[in-house]
Amino acid sequence: MSTDSAPVAAPDNPGDAPAVELVGIDKRFGAVHANRGVSLTIAKGSIHGIVGENGAGKSTLMSILYGFYEADAGEIRIDGRPIRIKSPRDAIAAGIGMVHQHFMLVDTFTVVENVMLGAESGVLIQGSIAKARAEIERLGRDYGLVVDPDAVVGELPVGEQQRVEILKALYRQCRILILDEPTGVLTPQETDQLFRILKALKDRGVTVILITHKLREIMAVTDRVTVMRLGEVVAERNTAETDREELAVLMVGRKVRLAPDRAKARPGQPALAVEHLSLTDEFGVKRLDDVNFSVRAGEIVGIAGVSGNGQSELLEVLSGIRGPTSGLIRVLGQEVKAGGEQCRPDRMRRLGLAHVPEDRSRLGLVSAFPAWESAILGYQRDKAYGFGPLISTSAAEKECARLMQSFDVRPPEPGLGCAKFSGGNQQKLILAREMARNPKVLLVGQPTRGVDIGAIEFIHKQIVAMRDQGSAVLLVSVELDEILALSDRIIVMFQGRIVGETPGERADERQLGLWMANAQADPGGEGPTVPRGPAIPGLTLQSPTLPRPTS
Amino acid sequence: MSAPTGPLPRWIDIGVLPIVNLIMALIVAGLIVLAIGASPIEAIQSMAEGAFGSLDGISYTLYYATDFIFTGLAVAVAFHAGLFNIGGEGQAYIGGLGVGVVALTFDHSLAFLPMMLLGIVAAAAFGAGWAFIPAYLQAKRGSHVVITTIMFNFLATALMNYVMVYVFRVPGSMEVVSRDFESSAGIPQLSEIMAKFGIVISNTPLNLAFVWAIICCVAVWVYLWRSRGGYELRTTGLSPKAAEYAGIRPDRITITAMLISGALAGFVGLNEVMGYHRFLLLDFVAGAGFTGIAVALMGRNHPFGIVLASILFGALYQGGSELAFDIPTITRDMIVVIQGLVILFSGALAYMNRPLLERGWRLYAARRKPAATFVAPGTGG
Amino acid sequence: MQDWFIITVSVLAATIRVSTPLIFCAMAGMISERSGVIDIGLEGKMLVAAFAAAVIAAETGSPWEALAVAIVTAVAMSLIHGFACITHRGDQVVSGVAINIVASGLTAVLGNAWYARGGETPQLEATQRFLGITLPDADNIGRLPLLGPLYAKVISGHSLLTYLAFLLVPGMAWLLYRSRFGLRLRAVGENPAVVDTAGISVAFLRYRAVMINGVLCGFAGTYLSISQSAGFLRDMTAGRGFIALAAMIFGKWRPLPTLFACLLFGFLDAGSSRLQGVPLFGRWQVPVQLIQALPYALTVILLAGFIGKAIPPKAIGRPYVKER
Repeated sequence: MSTDSAPVAAPDNPGDAPAVELVGIDKRFGAVHANRGVSLTIAKGSIHGIVGENGAGKSTLMSILYGFYEADAGEIRIDGRPIRIKSPRDAIAAGIGMVHQHFMLVDTFTVVENVMLGAESGVLIQGSIAKARAEIERLGRDYGLVVDPDAVVGELPVGEQQRVEILKALYRQCRILILDEPTGVLTPQETDQLFRILKALKDRGVTVILITHKLREIMAVTDRVTVMRLGEVVAERNTAETDREELAVLMVGRKVRLAPDRAKARPGQPALAVEHLSLTDEFGVKRLDDVNFSVRAGEIVGIAGVSGNGQSELLEVLSGIRGPTSGLIRVLGQEVKAGGEQCRPDRMRRLGLAHVPEDRSRLGLVSAFPAWESAILGYQRDKAYGFGPLISTSAAEKECARLMQSFDVRPPEPGLGCAKFSGGNQQKLILAREMARNPKVLLVGQPTRGVDIGAIEFIHKQIVAMRDQGSAVLLVSVELDEILALSDRIIVMFQGRIVGETPGERADERQLGLWMANAQADPGGEGPTVPRGPAIPGLTLQSPTLPRPTS
Repeated sequence: MSAPTGPLPRWIDIGVLPIVNLIMALIVAGLIVLAIGASPIEAIQSMAEGAFGSLDGISYTLYYATDFIFTGLAVAVAFHAGLFNIGGEGQAYIGGLGVGVVALTFDHSLAFLPMMLLGIVAAAAFGAGWAFIPAYLQAKRGSHVVITTIMFNFLATALMNYVMVYVFRVPGSMEVVSRDFESSAGIPQLSEIMAKFGIVISNTPLNLAFVWAIICCVAVWVYLWRSRGGYELRTTGLSPKAAEYAGIRPDRITITAMLISGALAGFVGLNEVMGYHRFLLLDFVAGAGFTGIAVALMGRNHPFGIVLASILFGALYQGGSELAFDIPTITRDMIVVIQGLVILFSGALAYMNRPLLERGWRLYAARRKPAATFVAPGTGG
Repeated sequence: MQDWFIITVSVLAATIRVSTPLIFCAMAGMISERSGVIDIGLEGKMLVAAFAAAVIAAETGSPWEALAVAIVTAVAMSLIHGFACITHRGDQVVSGVAINIVASGLTAVLGNAWYARGGETPQLEATQRFLGITLPDADNIGRLPLLGPLYAKVISGHSLLTYLAFLLVPGMAWLLYRSRFGLRLRAVGENPAVVDTAGISVAFLRYRAVMINGVLCGFAGTYLSISQSAGFLRDMTAGRGFIALAAMIFGKWRPLPTLFACLLFGFLDAGSSRLQGVPLFGRWQVPVQLIQALPYALTVILLAGFIGKAIPPKAIGRPYVKER
C-alpha cells in the first residue's frame, strides 16, 4: 500500500537533522510480520503521534527504537547519525527515554530511589540521593512534574506514578521521549496535566513520540501524526491540517466487508441483561463504568472497540470468572448476584451460559492435556461423561471425536495433545465444545484471532447458526470486519463505557471508527457528527486519497 | 516449576531424559567414590549383589521401596496440583503416631483384620491431619506451603519426642519405645505368611504394606487420570487460569491435594510401626520423606515411574548396607548423596540436558527424512 | 535474687554464643532472597562449611586457613544453586532441598572415609580453634557489681567470629540501604524487569548475591565446628539453617529485626537447657520439646498472618525471563 504523506513542514533551521529517522524497519515474530518496511521521520522538538489499532505495529516499532528488540532489517538514525540500538542501555545512551504502558517502577522504593536506579553516581548512594532530589525539584519546576521525592511509589496515585516514569527519563537527559499509550490509566484531569507537561517538554526542545489510539489526544497535543495499519505506515499528516474524522477513517480503513449470507435475525426475549455493571480494579482504575445492555435470544450483539477498553473485563464478569464491583446480571430473567458465590463459572454454565474465551491457549484449554481432556473442560462434572466420581474416557473420547467431526477439527484425533493443533483447530474445538450444548447464552471473545482464513468462514457460519437456533450471542472482537459481518446490533465500548449503539445492518464504519477512537462525544463539544454519505453495502476497497463519496 | 517447549517426542521426554539425569547423578557419585579411594565399579557390583543377589536382599529392597512408594505418591499428588509438599517426613511420622495410638489402644480388644483396617484409617487420618494446617494456610491466607511444611516437619519431631518420652515410654525402661503391640496389631510379614504354607524363609521386614502400596499406586492413578476430582486437580496444577475458567476452586484443590498427600505419607507409619517394628518408636521415617521427593522427580510424578524409582532407591538402600559391609570406606551415607544428586539433576537441572537431546534428535530426524518440511503448528492466541 | 542474676547472665552469654551461627545464616539467606532467589539450602551450606573448617583446622592447624576453605566450599555450593536457579531457571526450592541432602550425605561419607570415626573429625586443640577473646580489663571491671559480670561474661569472652557476626548486621544494613549494589539488589528482588530495562544484568546481580550468601554460610559453619565446638559431628547443624530461615522471615528480610529474631530464637535454645527441671507457674515443668518447637511454631503463626504480615520480596522464587 502506498503511503500518503502530506509534506513535512520545513524545519526552522534547515541544518537541523530530524531527531529520529526510521528507515525501512522490518520485524517478524515467527509468522507474524509486525513491521513491514516502516519508514518514519520525526522532527526535532516536535510532538509526534503514532496512531493505529491493535496489531498495527506501533508498539513493536517503539520497542525496536528503545532497544527491546533488534529489527530484522532497516536503519535507525538519531540526529542524522546512523546508530545501532541493541539494548535499552544503547537507547538511553543515545538520549532516548521511554514511559512504558506498564510502569517500570519498584513499588517499595521512594520516588528518588526509582529515579536514580541504574543512573547512580558512585558506589555510595548518599551522593546520588542528594543529586537526584535536587534534580527532581528542578525538573518539577521546569516542566510542572511535581512529585514528592520521598513518597513511596506504590502508594502514589497512577498519574503521579507516571510522572515518576517521565522523571526517570529526563534524569538521564533524554532528548527523545516515547510514551506508549500513556492515558489508559489516567483520569481526564490527569490526562490534561500530562498534556501540559508534554507541551513544556516540547518548549524545551525535547522530542516527544506519543503512541495512542485516542484521536482526541492526537488533536490536542501533537504537531504531526503517523497512521499505521497492519505493520505499515498508511498516512502521515500535519495535525493542524487534518481532523479526527479523517484519522479515524485512515486508522480503521476501508476493507472488504464480509457479508455472509445470513437470514434476518428474529430475536425473542432478553436472555442476558446487564444493569449498571461497574468494575474497579485493584489499582483503582475503572474498567467497567455503568454498563447497561441486553442480548435477546436469537440475536448477535457485537461489542466493538480497541482492546483495553473494558471488553475483556466484561467477558470475565459475565462468565463468572470475576466479580463486578457493583451491578446486576440477569440470565434468562434469573438474577445473578454481583460477586460472591453466585457468580462463578460453573454456576453460569448450569444456567445455560457458554464461554469461548479470548485467551484460548491459557483459558480455553490445557495445552498439556490430550484433546479429549480439554474437550470436557468446564463440563467435567457433567453426568454424560462418567458415573459418580469417575470419568469415562471412552465417553469423553467419543464426545471429542463427535465435536471434532462436526467442526472439522484436523487432525481428528482425540488422543493428540492440544499443543499440537494449529490455532485455528484449537479454536474450532473450543467452539465445538461450547456450542455443543445449545447454550441459551453464548459469550465469544476474539473467535478468529490467529486463525487461518479457511477456518474463519466456518467459525462465522457456526456462530450465526447458534443464533438461528435461538442462542443469545455476545460477540467481542477487535476486528471491526468481524463485528460488521456478524452482528445484528453493535455496541461500542470506550474506557469501560458504552459510547455508541447501532443496528448491524445500517452500521456506518466511519461512525463506528469515530466511536471507537472516541473522536466524538467531546464533553463540551460539537455533539455527534452526521455520517457523510450513506453506508453502501458491500463497499469495496477504496484508497483514502479519493474524495469522499457523496450521496 | 519451569517447563520448556520443544519438538522432542514424548517418549524421549518421559523415558530418555530421566535416565540421562540419573546417569549424570551416578557419574558424579562415582567421582566421589573415586575421590575417597574406592572403586565405583566394585561399589556398584557390591550394591547390586546386596540388593538383588539373594531372596533376603530382594525382600529388604522391597521393604524399603514400600516407604518410598508412599512418600513418592504423596509428593507426586501435590506436584500435580502445583504444590510442593516437603512435609512428607513429618506427615509420615505423625501417621505412624496414629497407627501406634490405635494399636496400643485397641490391640487387646480387636481382632486382627479390623485392627489392620483401623491402622490404615489412622495412618491416613493422622498424616492428612498433619498436612491440614499448612494446606489451609496456603489456601486461605497465602502462606507459602514450602516453608510451613518444613516447619511442621520440625514440629512433628518435637511432638513425637514429647509424646514418646512422657506418654508411651514404658515406665522404668531406658529406651524410648512403647510396649510391644499384641499379636493382633501387626501387618503380616512375608516370612509369617510363608510359614503358614510351611515354607520357611528368613525374617525380613517385608510385609503386606507393600501390597497396600501397590494398591495405592493404582488408586492414585485412577484418581488422577480417571476421576473428576483428579481432573480438576491436574487442571489446577497445569493451568490455574484454565481451572478458573472451568469453575474449579483453587483453594479447595489445594486443601484436597495436601490432605491426600499427607494421608499417603502417613502410610509409611503402617509399614514401619505395624508392619516391621510392632511397637512405637522414634525416628522410624529416617529420611523417607525426602527420598520421596527424589522418587517422585525421577518417576515423573507417575505411579508407574514411582514404583520403578522406589525399587531403585530401595535397592540403593539395601545395596548400600551391603556396600558398607564390603567396602568400609563407603558408608550408607553415600546413598544419601546419590539421593541428593538425583533430586538436583532430576529436579532443578532436569532440563539442562534437554537442548543436547533436542539437537541430537533433530540431527537424527533430519537424516531419516531429509525432505520433510517442518510446518510449526499454530502458536495460538 | 543473686541466683537469678547469675542465671540471667549465664543465659545471656549463652544466647549470644548460640545466636552467632543463626545471624550469619540469616543474613546469608536475607541477601539471597532479597535478590529474588529462595534459599532453602542454608542448612546444607553451613554443614559443608563446618566440615571443611574442621578438616582443614585438624590438618593444617590454622583456624584462618580453615575459615578460608570453609568459605570457598560454601560459595561453591551457592554457585551450584545459582547455576541451577539463575542460569537454568530451575525450581529454587528443589535445588535447595537437593543441596541439603547432598551436604548431609557428603560430609558423612568424606568424614568417615578420611577419619573412620563414624563421621566425626578429630578433636581440635585450642590453637586450632577460634576461642574466646577477653576484652581489656575484663578482670577488673568484672568485679564491679551488676555491670561487672555483664561486661565480663556477656560482652567479653566471645570468639572473634561472634563479634564479627554482630558487626555484620550494621554492615548488611549499610550494604543494602546505602550502597549502589544494595539498591539494585533490592530492585531486582522486587521487579527485575525494571533493572533489566535500565541496562543492568539481572543474572550478574543475583550471582553476586548468591556468592555473598556463600561467604556468610562459610562463616557460620566455621563458627559451629571450630569455635563453638572442637570438631565436626555428623549433621551438627541440627536444623539451625532452618531456624535461621525462620528468623529471616520473622525479621521480614530486614537486618535489624532479623538480628532480634536470631537473638530470640537463640535465647529459646540457650534458655531451654537451663529451664529443664525448673518449675514455672507452680509445679508445671516446661517440657523441653515445647521450647524446641517454639521457633517453628512462631514462624508458622507469623506466616499465617496472625502477628503482622511477612511480605517477601515481590519477585522471589520466579526465574527471570525477559517478557516482551
